[in-house]
Amino acid sequence: MRRLLEHIWGRKPFDGGVVLDMHKDGAQVPITDCPLPEVLIHPLKQHIGETCKPLVAVGDHVLRGQNIARSQGYVSAPVHAGTSGTVVRIEEHPVPHPSGLGMLCIFIEADGEDRRQPLGVMMTNWLQRDPAQLRERIRAAGITGLGGAGFPTFIKLLRDQRHPVNTVILNGIECEPWLTHDQRLMTERSDDIVHGLAILMHMTGADHGVIAIEDNKPEAIAAMQDAIHSWQCECEHIASTSVRLEVLPTRYPQGSEKQLIQAITGKEVPAGKLPLHVGVLCQNISSTLAIYRAITAAEPLTERVVTVSGQGMPAPANLRVRLGTPIRYVLAHCGLDQLDGMQIIHGGPMMGERLKHPEAPVVKSTTGLLLIPDDTLYAEHQPEEPCIRCGHCGDACPIRLVPNLMADLIRDQQFEQAEGYQLFDCIECGCCSYVCPSHIPLVHYFRYGKGQLAQLRQERAFAEASRQRSEQRMARLEQEKAAKAARRQKARARSKVATRTADKQQEPPA
Amino acid sequence: MNSLFFAVLALGGMALLAGVALAIATRVFHVEGNPVAEQIDHLLPQTQCGQCGYPGCTPYANAVADGSADVNHCVPGGERTMRAIADLMGVEPKAVEEAAAEPMVAFIREDECIGCTLCIKACPVDAIIGAPKHYHTVIADHCTGCNLCLEPCPVDCIDMLIKPELLEHWSWPLPDTERARTGLKRRSQHAQAA
Repeated sequence: MRRLLEHIWGRKPFDGGVVLDMHKDGAQVPITDCPLPEVLIHPLKQHIGETCKPLVAVGDHVLRGQNIARSQGYVSAPVHAGTSGTVVRIEEHPVPHPSGLGMLCIFIEADGEDRRQPLGVMMTNWLQRDPAQLRERIRAAGITGLGGAGFPTFIKLLRDQRHPVNTVILNGIECEPWLTHDQRLMTERSDDIVHGLAILMHMTGADHGVIAIEDNKPEAIAAMQDAIHSWQCECEHIASTSVRLEVLPTRYPQGSEKQLIQAITGKEVPAGKLPLHVGVLCQNISSTLAIYRAITAAEPLTERVVTVSGQGMPAPANLRVRLGTPIRYVLAHCGLDQLDGMQIIHGGPMMGERLKHPEAPVVKSTTGLLLIPDDTLYAEHQPEEPCIRCGHCGDACPIRLVPNLMADLIRDQQFEQAEGYQLFDCIECGCCSYVCPSHIPLVHYFRYGKGQLAQLRQERAFAEASRQRSEQRMARLEQEKAAKAARRQKARARSKVATRTADKQQEPPA
Repeated sequence: MNSLFFAVLALGGMALLAGVALAIATRVFHVEGNPVAEQIDHLLPQTQCGQCGYPGCTPYANAVADGSADVNHCVPGGERTMRAIADLMGVEPKAVEEAAAEPMVAFIREDECIGCTLCIKACPVDAIIGAPKHYHTVIADHCTGCNLCLEPCPVDCIDMLIKPELLEHWSWPLPDTERARTGLKRRSQHAQAA
């Protein structure tokens, strides 16, 4: 029945979502190298989790791929030098972040030789290696999710007895408009990607591998098909595993992990759970390539492919950029020196953010740099009108939330009630804001609400810790007072005894 | 007559039983301290600053709970804390007299410190470390910004600094739209009128 309905209405792979103008201008542009700048800037945190601690001092000479900041804590990814050179400064510098605030960064002045330091031996025989060993290599290579979120990859590769992974999904969806780097990678380096998938399947013990691509990338589909075919001919001995290509209809936000899993397996990842809990591992195309390079070529993550596009860009480009390259330098290389009257979007147009400082460097989560002229951007911008209760936002929401209700509550500062409507399950995909006929910046309200709740939690935790310390101090003071009183009493008793004996001595019998 | 006698006996017996049960229950389920005071204490920001006129947050919470203090004396807690306490106590909210200052943190200029330990004794949350005749320093993460260490310092080497804005603690501001601003304004007017 469901299939019949799907057939009549067209297949809708997951709940909600929207169909966007894709603007894939750079789809035919091959990947080229961005030259090395004079100074590379490496922020100490380019991932979700703990900030790293510098391992080098000013004046030290480093090699490309040398670990320059080690992770503190489990959820973290180390930072590696982008080229060989000298550490010239370690100081605050703007980073790509919506706040525009700075972060401690390591500045490396390139010596032009670009000498490498490998991560260890090249594990070309990865099939014979222990998955734990491969996982440690991926951790040491500093690989994070290169699709934009920046979650340390090795954490997802944990082999859990209770939750065996049976399907590895490679996410080649790239559902954000303009972005084309994953599409180009799939066209140009399809063999490496399939090998990367094989490594992931070996590590997780999965039987099925799926490469998911949307139907608006025919070249990538053809290239991946060939690569899968030649790989299957090459390794007939791994009979139990199967790798297939899944072509999905174009729909935003299909590239979001949980939506993609729903589209392919039909399983829904429960709120607050990981894909692991439904037996799926989902990896980005760029991350898979980075894993392949880290294992077979012992290369840590020092470069990534970035789409430079947008309406303000004369010629779109897909660039292989060294991490730490200032964004202004990348744009200048693309022939854009004048940035006045332009807005730079870091990431895709739906989930990315406006970049406040073009001096900020390219980091691990930089998927794209979009240049939009102010006049086109602000022509689209309309003032917020009252909600007319049309319900389009709820229809578009891929996780079936009630955006209009949550926004009303947040506007009235009723954050805890908004949380009751599962505010924290919102993935901030922007579908609701996109379809809203009243131009309500719904996602912005949700971000505000989430931030306020987090702040409230933090304040409460701090107050609780202060209260405990204060109580401990009071108890200690009491104890000290009691001890002092006891001592005094003892001393007094002793002196009384002493005077009595002295008295006795003083009045000897005459 | 007989039925009246039985009715009185039955009701009286039930009353006696209930009385005994209640008497036992008060002994068995006895709660140490005042639970309302404890709830208020959990709402307070625990700066231990003494701006309310009480020597700390717990004494103020006790005073509010037994009705001897108003709900609007906690300056660092601001309006939000006042409303929460008023809600709990079931009284009308009152405006807080002073506006809460920006969150501050104490900083000791170590080269001027003489190591007298007076500030260590004054700190209500043990956020200053040091030993006699050795420099002292403030554990910034634990400092509540209560200003209590300023007064006892004989050489005035303690500064109160504004807490730096960190990337990790940054959160999105309210959307910059007319409707968002009006909503916020309406809400604050409502609070003032109450």
